[in-house]
Amino acid sequence: MRLYEFEAKRVLAKHRIPVAPQKLANTAAEAEAAATELGGPVTLRAQVLSPKLLKAGSVESAATPAEAAKKAAKLLDLDDGGRKPKGVLVLKKVDAGADYSLAVTYDGTRKLPVMIAATVPGNVEDIADQHPGKVARRHFSALLPFSDYTAKELVSSLGIKGAELTRLTGVVSRLARLFLDYDLTQANIPSLARLADGSFAARDCYMDMEVEGRARQGAILAELGIADDDTRAVREPTAFETAGKKIDDDDPRGIVGPVVEFDGNIGLVIGAGGGSLTLTDAVIKAGGRPANYAAIGGNPSVGKAVALTKLVLSKPGVEKIAVMSNVVSNTRADLVARGVIKAIVEMGFEPKDKIAIFRVPGAWEADAVKILKKYGVDYCDRTVSISEAAKRAVEKIGA
Amino acid sequence: MAMFIRVDVDQAIVAKTEGLAAKLVEVCPVKIFAPGSNNGVQVVEANVDECTLCDLCMRASPDGVKVVKLYEH
Repeated sequence: MRLYEFEAKRVLAKHRIPVAPQKLANTAAEAEAAATELGGPVTLRAQVLSPKLLKAGSVESAATPAEAAKKAAKLLDLDDGGRKPKGVLVLKKVDAGADYSLAVTYDGTRKLPVMIAATVPGNVEDIADQHPGKVARRHFSALLPFSDYTAKELVSSLGIKGAELTRLTGVVSRLARLFLDYDLTQANIPSLARLADGSFAARDCYMDMEVEGRARQGAILAELGIADDDTRAVREPTAFETAGKKIDDDDPRGIVGPVVEFDGNIGLVIGAGGGSLTLTDAVIKAGGRPANYAAIGGNPSVGKAVALTKLVLSKPGVEKIAVMSNVVSNTRADLVARGVIKAIVEMGFEPKDKIAIFRVPGAWEADAVKILKKYGVDYCDRTVSISEAAKRAVEKIGA
Repeated sequence: MAMFIRVDVDQAIVAKTEGLAAKLVEVCPVKIFAPGSNNGVQVVEANVDECTLCDLCMRASPDGVKVVKLYEH
């Protein structure tokens, strides 16, 4: 769950990591007043969640308060995935003697948190690709108490010495601790300026909180004013996605979801734990364009499979569906087969014309095969790999 | 109308066996049976395709209930 930059900076300030002078403005007039108060040129950052906007298009510079007002008005009008930005952060441009970048995240390979520091500003992953010599990493335990010494080792390995080493170690330590304390999946300061007096100030910051951590993080979420129903999705749900959620809410048996709408033509009814993500990736890798992501599992009822199939097939541009899963033990292949076929027949189509591929190996597979055979649908068993099944679906439906 | 499963009930057997109708209503996990008139049961057609083939109804009344997989015929 992504925090807005102004929220992330509140967390930094709470933990004694200074941030560059800034003000949150909700209107162009407020931005003008903020720029006047801060004095000098300012940077304006729209408070958005859309990854596309965060990459480009949500930051402006202004030399005067009047220009700040004009550019703030433009930023406040951005479309952040169906929402308006949650204000504009007006930041005073500060002179930096040096500019660093810090990040704390999880290393999926080592299965440990890792601190990353670089002697240049920017995204640490990009810096690691372009200037590997300017980046240092240190892993640490998520279970044992954090040791400042690990942070000192990290900073020292960049060749930083003396008072700067001591001060930067403090910043890194506090960032690593708040990462652990708040169940974050990343805490990044892409631009940490060293000011003329030797102190540091974060110019930029973003944080992601583990969604499962929300229940434990009520206090900080309340402090930041983040409501329980504020899901921080990258965009507002579409009508298709809302209908998918309703299917899940209406019947407690099994799971349908999350249902996510894409703009492709291949309807997906997929499942089996991580299999649904693997299958979506496999379709894309095979050159296909998924119309949706819609995981089904946990032994859904026939009715639930009917409703999901009807939803996917009713999406404009979807002519056929691919019904695929990894090997299932907690979802019955025969019940999924019944649901998919029943939906298609009730919609007035022939199952063999609408099912590009059916690969749901596992529990009650023998009955699924009989059902499919009766309706003229070919069945793929587990000898057909996920990649091969996705490839066949793409070939039948077309990219 | 169910497409995959048919449930045949011999109402005479159900009716003459004390408590069998209630037992059938109770054991079915997907509510295929509802209390019927004259100590019998009704088959809830909308739920028949949800049958999980658990056989609990046939165990409750081996002679009175038969579950047929239509896709095997």
